[in-house]
Amino acid sequence: MGNLLMQMLVATMTSLKIFGLTLLFSLPLGMLVAKGRMSKNPVISNVVNVYIMIMRGTPLILQLLFVYFAPYYIFGSSYDRFTAVIVGYTINYAAYFAEIYRGGIQSIPVGQYEASLVLGFSKAHTFTHVIAPQVVKRIIPAMGNEVITLVKDTALAQTIGVAELFRVAQNASAREFSTMPIFIAGVFYFLMNAVVSRSFDLLERKLNYYR
Amino acid sequence: MEIITVENLLKSFDGLGVLKGISFTLNEGEVLSIIGPSGSGKSTLLRCLTQLEPVDGGTINVCGETMVSSSKERVVSYSDKQTLRSVRLNLGLVFQNFNLFPHMNVIRNITEPQMHVLKRSKQEAEKVGRELLKKMGLEEKEKAYPTQLSGGQQQRVSIARALALNPTVLCFDEPTSALDPELTGEILRVIKDLAKEKMTMIVVTHEMAFARDISDRIIFMDDGLIVEEGNPEALFNNPQNPRTQKFLNRYE
Repeated sequence: MGNLLMQMLVATMTSLKIFGLTLLFSLPLGMLVAKGRMSKNPVISNVVNVYIMIMRGTPLILQLLFVYFAPYYIFGSSYDRFTAVIVGYTINYAAYFAEIYRGGIQSIPVGQYEASLVLGFSKAHTFTHVIAPQVVKRIIPAMGNEVITLVKDTALAQTIGVAELFRVAQNASAREFSTMPIFIAGVFYFLMNAVVSRSFDLLERKLNYYR
Repeated sequence: MEIITVENLLKSFDGLGVLKGISFTLNEGEVLSIIGPSGSGKSTLLRCLTQLEPVDGGTINVCGETMVSSSKERVVSYSDKQTLRSVRLNLGLVFQNFNLFPHMNVIRNITEPQMHVLKRSKQEAEKVGRELLKKMGLEEKEKAYPTQLSGGQQQRVSIARALALNPTVLCFDEPTSALDPELTGEILRVIKDLAKEKMTMIVVTHEMAFARDISDRIIFMDDGLIVEEGNPEALFNNPQNPRTQKFLNRYE
């Protein structure tokens, strides 16, 4: 039993690593994608739109398989599974984050841009000091949803053979003819998401200093 | 001294003419009010001056600098970025809907532009900000957030924010239109005080009595054109154009 828990904790670390690295790359990439989606250049906005449609319109599990196996069929060589997982999750989540960012950015009244312009703010300053802080507050609930989903989606990494929490639990389950490991995994996911929810609650409260 | 010169300004939205050849000048220390029915182009004129809308033709000079000019063939050419920036700094604008920054408290709304645009230190900007807030009767509200203030208080903060950058001309775009009738008085008083201090101002307004009271000169606009222009007494007591007469009659 102690041995099983140890294995599950190690696997949880893998899940957390996928979670953390995906956020690290997809949060900024999402902003780039959102900017592209809102670009006045129709070529850019259309290309980005197609990318978002594919990412949101096909299963993540399929995307993972594609990211891992496509280089093998095209170039005859592949790269390591973990990297493929991070690439797959990052491009998928960036698309979702991009749409959340876009919704937030477009919900800011045009008057905020006009006031900034008339006062003489640079474009960059307007974005970082006027628009972004207001966007962050507005998108927190939607971002909370996505981040919670990501915790659970890490379980899909096993499709290309990464031994994350759920895979280890399933293996243990098969080995010991017991559903207990899977149940324990469920508790682990629940606890991780409890931390995520709580963090978003705190963030929301912290940004509640204005309405 | 002429501060703003506008010649033959043209602006249309989707082919619909909104400004059909506006020419006027504004002198230093002068208070100019622009009145006229809704849709006559008053606000658009201010938005063109403050570079919120690009013009389709005409010339605008501000403080000796050419902001935009156009050739006979109506090819519009805006000046370089540097000039546009300096022109922008000469003009302050107070919006109908205040457009304060909701995530910044009152004092930061006023200090942020000073620090970023004029590169003033925080202490300096706060000193200027507090003085202006005192002038606006809001010295106790510096820590409040805009949504905690009444409309009239928000508008006074936005006036302070504009004044903090020392604009040569302060423009008002219907500054009381979004306010309850009982709150318009406090804004009008502030503008009147500024007029007494010889602040150069352009005021687009629907408050006829107020326009008459504070203005050195009034422009009556209708359908994208300046129909009549003159000192308040002449314009209100003895309007020459039938359209002006008809418009003013509705306010008597």
